[in-house]
Amino acid sequence: MNEFDTIAAISTPISSEGGIGVIRISGPEAIEVADKIYRGKQRLCDVPSHTVHYGHIYDDEDMIDEVMVSVFFAPKTYTREDVVEISCHGSIFLLRRVLSCVLKNGARPADPGEFTKRAFLNGRIDLSQAESVMDLISSENEMAVKNSLSHLSGAMSTKISSIREGILFETARIESALDDPEHYDLSGYSEELSKKLSEWKDVLSDLIDSADDGATIRDGISTLILGRPNVGKSSLFNLLVNKEAAIVTSIPGTTRDVVEEKISFGDFSLRLMDTAGIRHTEDTVEKIGVKKALSLIDDASLIIYVVDGSEALDDDDHDIMERIRDKNVIVLLNKSDLTQVVSEDDIRGFFDGNLSEKSIISFSSKDMLGISSLKDEISRLFFKGEVENSDRLYITNERQKFELINALGSVKRVNESIASGLPEDFYTVDLMDAYSALGSIIGESISDDLVDEIFSKFCMGK
Amino acid sequence: MKKLEENYDVVVVGAGHAGCEAALACARLGLKTIAFTVSMDSVAMMPCNPNIGGTSKGHLVREVDALGGQMAKNIDKTFLQSRMLNGSKGPAVHSLRAQADKAMYSLEMRKTLQREENLTLRQAEVSELLISDEKVIQGVKTVSGATYHARAVILCTGTYLAARCLYGDVIEHTGPNGLKSADHLTSSLSDNGVEIYRYKTGTPARLDGKTLDYDKMTEQPGDEKIVPFSFTTDPESIRRDQVSCYLTYTNEDTHRIIRDNIDRSPLFSGVIEGTGPRYCPSIEDKVVRFADKERHQLFIEPEGEYTNEMYISGMSSSMPEEVQYAMIHTVPGLENARIVRNAYAIEYDCINANQLKLSLEFKNIDGLFAAGQFNGSSGYEEAAAQGIMAGINASMKLLGRDPVILDRSQAYIGVLIDDLVTKESHEPYRMMTSRAEYRLMLRQDNADLRLTNIGHDVGLISDERNEHVETKRRQIEEEIARVSGVNIGSREEVNALLESYGSIPISNGVSLSELIRRPELDYDKLSPIDPDRPDLSDEVREQVNINIKYQGYIDRQLKQIEKFKKVEQKKIPADIDYDDVSSLRIEARQKLSSLRPDNIGQASRISGVSPADISVLLVYLEQRYRK
Repeated sequence: MNEFDTIAAISTPISSEGGIGVIRISGPEAIEVADKIYRGKQRLCDVPSHTVHYGHIYDDEDMIDEVMVSVFFAPKTYTREDVVEISCHGSIFLLRRVLSCVLKNGARPADPGEFTKRAFLNGRIDLSQAESVMDLISSENEMAVKNSLSHLSGAMSTKISSIREGILFETARIESALDDPEHYDLSGYSEELSKKLSEWKDVLSDLIDSADDGATIRDGISTLILGRPNVGKSSLFNLLVNKEAAIVTSIPGTTRDVVEEKISFGDFSLRLMDTAGIRHTEDTVEKIGVKKALSLIDDASLIIYVVDGSEALDDDDHDIMERIRDKNVIVLLNKSDLTQVVSEDDIRGFFDGNLSEKSIISFSSKDMLGISSLKDEISRLFFKGEVENSDRLYITNERQKFELINALGSVKRVNESIASGLPEDFYTVDLMDAYSALGSIIGESISDDLVDEIFSKFCMGK
Repeated sequence: MKKLEENYDVVVVGAGHAGCEAALACARLGLKTIAFTVSMDSVAMMPCNPNIGGTSKGHLVREVDALGGQMAKNIDKTFLQSRMLNGSKGPAVHSLRAQADKAMYSLEMRKTLQREENLTLRQAEVSELLISDEKVIQGVKTVSGATYHARAVILCTGTYLAARCLYGDVIEHTGPNGLKSADHLTSSLSDNGVEIYRYKTGTPARLDGKTLDYDKMTEQPGDEKIVPFSFTTDPESIRRDQVSCYLTYTNEDTHRIIRDNIDRSPLFSGVIEGTGPRYCPSIEDKVVRFADKERHQLFIEPEGEYTNEMYISGMSSSMPEEVQYAMIHTVPGLENARIVRNAYAIEYDCINANQLKLSLEFKNIDGLFAAGQFNGSSGYEEAAAQGIMAGINASMKLLGRDPVILDRSQAYIGVLIDDLVTKESHEPYRMMTSRAEYRLMLRQDNADLRLTNIGHDVGLISDERNEHVETKRRQIEEEIARVSGVNIGSREEVNALLESYGSIPISNGVSLSELIRRPELDYDKLSPIDPDRPDLSDEVREQVNINIKYQGYIDRQLKQIEKFKKVEQKKIPADIDYDDVSSLRIEARQKLSSLRPDNIGQASRISGVSPADISVLLVYLEQRYRK
């Protein structure tokens, strides 16, 4: 429950170019947070309400951007709380850096619909809008959860889960000893824990670094093109890369079997991977390519499965469908310009209801038919059709980073507690903070995890 | 023929640890109270472990004391040994535990109840609740057909409801210790729509003390410095020769015997239907679930001065008696032990406590309250804590006052009751310090500072006692303020003192607080270099030390509590129709409809209610409020 935190978000639509935008901060510490990063003629806490000020935003000693800052003291503000709006003039990249800075200094990322919610709760918005506020909150949250999970790479989520398990176990161990001191002894334990802490610190720091790169954002939705050989995968790939979309970066180091391109496709970006055709083969080199392609399935957020509509499905198709059954899949029935022998029902039957109505698209790379349907479908899958002004991927990333930083801070505090000779019961305060911060990234709450862990791993009681 | 009829303000059903506190609270608040027990010899009986307190439970006892309860005073009069557990850990987890003389504990409590002006103690089995069509409690009936009219009834039936005891293939339809079970009340509850659970717990065998070889075991003496449980007990007044406990261990032979006979335990053969607690497993549970452990600890604890029975802590079991003998005889020191009472498992009826309000009153039956093991908890202390709160709240209701709800930031009692009535539980609930989010603030040493004024407002604490605590609070605050202004220069005597405690000497001036925060130092150790220090009591100095030493964490926790309180204060109207809140997810709507939380904070702790649901609920409440 964080109804009284200070929250922040980019509050203007972000187009990919231009980058003029506003960061809004609202809550009891809004002014204080802004003052920590703003340098101008006056401190913002000293200025009159509803005034605009010229100055610069600093990240420690680095000047990030030249800005205009509007200060609104409660109650005559959008949320009826203290509000600061920072208008940035630099690029979208700088805008995001300013937000990062705000978050580092005491605000947390706003939840979907949260400014509006506060505006309503504080009596700013008309009663007639209550229903729509509630709908907004519940639908946006649903999407935020979905988004955050679908964009968490497999590797990242594995790392986070494994740290969480470790933290829970160590906490349970300490708590067992506190609960049953005549049974479990903690002498010499803090050295042992220190080792674990430094492992977790390394992993968390790495994760934060990669979030800092904006990897998730820049890399876009990891999209795997799969299919049997010669069904038109590469034509599709080339079509998307060369004709329709702008190349942003070429990612080096891809194997000879997987070609990877980052494309900006409409209002979002894809990390597009073209793979070797999947088929059962005895050829050693080809085998490696197939194996590589299959290994990418787990980490991909989206799979575009290309089928040659003019040829009957075979065992290799069945094998592929079996492997991707539970993923986000769009099936392209390619070569729609030729006589079709594969029907949508053939494929739908195989996916057993796991495929939505629109996820099968008739396509012809020859005539470029179906491109816009493909775009619409990706947008529907990931943004519920609301691609315009969507910066959700970025927000998701920013939240994850925020919680990673929190978790790292907590882990470091355990180290400090050990160093300053505090007793073990203080360690668990911070360990559980880290545990819940990491949990919110992978969408899990704490509930009774700790008590369950204590009872299942440690033999307690009279 | 006309049957017996009597009128009371409050009827308390059961006189165990919950019933005693409940009855005393009501009577002391001036209400005409009657407490029923199935046997006058089982008042405040301890049918399992012979001790009071322990980790987190010791906290509960102190809180009950600060509110004006009896448990702490009673154990101070009747203990055999006292220990402060976790002494080397932080102050939040220091926990007091005392070995009790079971018989004396029970007698002393019975005497206290019988001496209470407005209280009648009565041996009889209550068989029926009298509830009006409007779902308002009217009183109770006993098996003899007598009627006791009352405006409030508090159910504290412990483990007696439809109880049966089991070991091996023996099943006895009795309550604990062979006492009569209460077989009629469950159906009266079910008839009134109360949801019943069936739980299980167990107890180890008692051994004949003269048949044990104490030389083969490790003696566990009591602490030299005895800390009383009650804030009102003078430590000098309870000095006595303490009785020791003894430590020994099971071994591979013990475990082999258990494994060989595992199918003869009703726990494993499927005879036992009830859900047992994971924290208090039987020895057969431990051997099966923790198969890699080579040995388990056993504490041999005396049960009292007038019996030589010894309790084997760690060996609760439901094995047949010949197997119990065989396994006991494998343990060093117990090779020739004779059993006085067999170990057994006990099954009993209790309720799903989600049916209760935070005041421990039933949501659907006006004037009916419940406390103790009947609510699905376990432990004497958990029972007493609920008992006093149910007693207070039944009284408040009859006196036309608001219920007293302790929240999770105020007391372990608050955590206990909130967990019981809010969370889903499928086993007897035991208190643990890890269940308290604000553990650092809920210490056993400051229970008086946290709760005495609440007990005073209620009417269970005298003005004099309350004033004493307020004086203490003032002294603590003043001394903390004074200390934070004291600077220590790097003088020779200062550094000599620091070095004598292995602490790094200072080269510049530092604040006294900073020195107190060093792990090897504390407030008392630094008194030689703090000449202006006033003469303060032990308990004041302890508080000053803790507050300065752990200030960083205490400040953090206070901030969290401030946030917590804001959410907790957002009340949800009792007549809210969750079906009207269309944006709630279906699961959340169902859970909220059935649990009907009191406030937003409680709602947020219900499993299946997400933060987004809470946001929706807040918006809905605001909308409703504005209409």
